[in-house]
Formats: sequence, structure tokens, C-alpha cells
Amino acid sequence: MTTSRRKDDAPSVATYADHEVITPPHELRKAVSLAADAGDDPVARAEAALAELSGEFGGWMQSECDRLETARQDVRGSGFTQRTHDALFRAAHDIKGEAATFGYPAVAGVADSLCRLLEHTPEMQRIPLTLLDQHVDAVRAIFREYARPDLLDTAAALTRRLREVTDDFLREENSFRPDYLENIFAPPLVPGG
Amino acid sequence: MVRIDFNRLRFLVIDDNAHMRRILRTLLHGFGAREVYEAEDGAAGLEAFTHYMPDIVLTDWVMPIFDGLELTQMIRQQGANANPYVPIIMLTGHSEKKRVMSARDAGVTEFLAKPISAKALYERIFNVVANPRPFVKTKTYFGPDRRRNVNPNYVGPERRKGGKAEVMRQQPLLEKARVMV
Repeated sequence: MTTSRRKDDAPSVATYADHEVITPPHELRKAVSLAADAGDDPVARAEAALAELSGEFGGWMQSECDRLETARQDVRGSGFTQRTHDALFRAAHDIKGEAATFGYPAVAGVADSLCRLLEHTPEMQRIPLTLLDQHVDAVRAIFREYARPDLLDTAAALTRRLREVTDDFLREENSFRPDYLENIFAPPLVPGG
Repeated sequence: MVRIDFNRLRFLVIDDNAHMRRILRTLLHGFGAREVYEAEDGAAGLEAFTHYMPDIVLTDWVMPIFDGLELTQMIRQQGANANPYVPIIMLTGHSEKKRVMSARDAGVTEFLAKPISAKALYERIFNVVANPRPFVKTKTYFGPDRRRNVNPNYVGPERRKGGKAEVMRQQPLLEKARVMV
């Protein structure tokens, strides 16, 4: 092993047989200090700022649902092409990631199931349009009826059933590649937000 | 107690979704950040990265033109830009193991699964600022050390040649700040 370090702000490098370990300069040191006010809570401040914004979330969710509907109509009109497929996937993926932040967590499960259908079907032309429609209609209906007292139960049942049908379809379509199949049914790995 | 002075950090948020950019900007301003720049796709993000020289990059994965994974690979090219060591926090709706591993292998510093929360975002930023990891360069990889911990129970072959515990750990800034008191 050899180690080199320059006096300026260059990274220090330790060289080994098949790799180097580089310690970059601590440029972000400038932002670390000791808290003068122990009561200061940046997370609470950020949550409060987000709460002030929350009056807009319903409108944002509506526009995301409209975008999903437009993407569905494009698929219906032009068929599955890379362009229409990707636009539909991005619309569903954004809803999956944003629904809870916007205050509509029960929408996310169906959007996730639609993402799986679009992402893991080897030949997009084989995606059943009926199943696609059921997902898009479910996303829009759950959002539209969010104020109903029985919404959460209904949404959970709908999500569960769509996910089952989608998983059965994916198992069949991916039966020729068991490694891939194993990966898409493995538990998630990313730490939650 | 150690704190992060967000007003001394410059952020670049790259996401094709305007709503998510607004959410992230709001959270970062709430933390105390003043300099938050935005880009709406990977190509614009790379240009903004070169122009603004951010301290921390927050990027979405799924974007048109080129995505967050490709953007990370471009930023991590040594010699191609001024700061290949910049911390990259990937916000992702993808959670499958294969996806996560490929992002890690592209050189992502931290992951944050959507839906995001203020607390989780703060923790990721705190981590990259106060506890930076060294970088490792091999024939096939350049990025933050992918071994976050040394597992004393590991019994397999040592894949890195030249010795076992050779990764030089940076002293966490957390400890340095305490020493400075």
C-alpha cells in the first residue's frame, strides 16, 4: 500500500493492489456547528412549512390523476409504444411516490401495482388493456371518493385484488426467467421515508 | 449538540415533477437552506450541476431524457467535472433489490424512498454532511465506499486485495465538532 497526501485541498489517496481509497477534502465541514439553541428543531420547521403548502395538495393530486388519464387515452389511441408506455409509467410512478405526501395514501397501492404491471411485463403489447383500465379507473375513483367513510376498506380491497391479478399475470409472463421473477417478488430494500 | 447550518449549503434538486420539486424546496427552506436550485430532467440537471456547483444533489430516478442513474454515472466520472465526490441523494419509488444495487453501484451516496418525510430527508442530509464516507476506485467502480460497516462475522473471501481493514475512515465531523468545543 502507498499513501499520498498533498498539502492543498486535494484528496488523499491510499493505493492498494486492486483499488484506491480516496478521502476527499471535507468541503461540507463549513456547515457543521454546535447548536446554540437546543430547542431549535429544523424538522419541525420543515413540517410546518409543508403544512402551509398542504392547501394545494388536492389540486396537485387532481392534476396527477388527469395526467394519468391522458396517458391512458394515449395508449388507447396509439397502442403501446415506448413513448406511450413510458409516459403512463411515469404518471403512475409519480402518483405512487406522491400520494401519501399529498394526503391520499390509499391511492398509492393501486399506482404501485400499475407500475409493476408496466415495468415487469416483458412484452408491453401483451399487457391486457382491461387490466390497465381497471388500475387507472381505481386510482381516479379512490381519489374522487376519498371523503367517504368506508373509503379505506374499499380501497384496500380493490388494491389487494388488482395486485393479485397483476402478480398472477406477471408470474405467467415471466415464467421463462425465474431469476427476474424472484427479484420482483423479493421484499423491498430501500429504507422508508 | 451538533447541527447542520443549512444556510451554508447549496442544493440542487433534479426532478421532472414540478410538485415534488416544490415539496423538496419547501422542506429545504424549512430546514434553513437559502440556496436551492432546480432542474427538471437529467440533462438540465447535469448542466445545472456544472453551473451552480452544488454541495449536495437530490435527484429523482425516473426522469425523461436521461434518468437519475445515468446522471449519477456522469457526475461520478473523474475528470469530467469539478466535483465527482459530491453527495448524491436519490429519491426513489423503486425499492426492488436489483434496482437498489444498480443505483449503489452507480455511486449514489444515500437513498430515500418515496413517500418522503421531513425527518427522513433531514437524516440523509445530516449523514452526508456529518459522516462522509471515503471513496473507492476500482477498475469497475468509482464512488462512495459501498461497505458502510465492517462485519466481524463475515467468513467469505476478501474481495479487495492488499489487506483486510484497509479502508481509511474519515473522522466523522460529528466527533470533530465535539472535539473543537
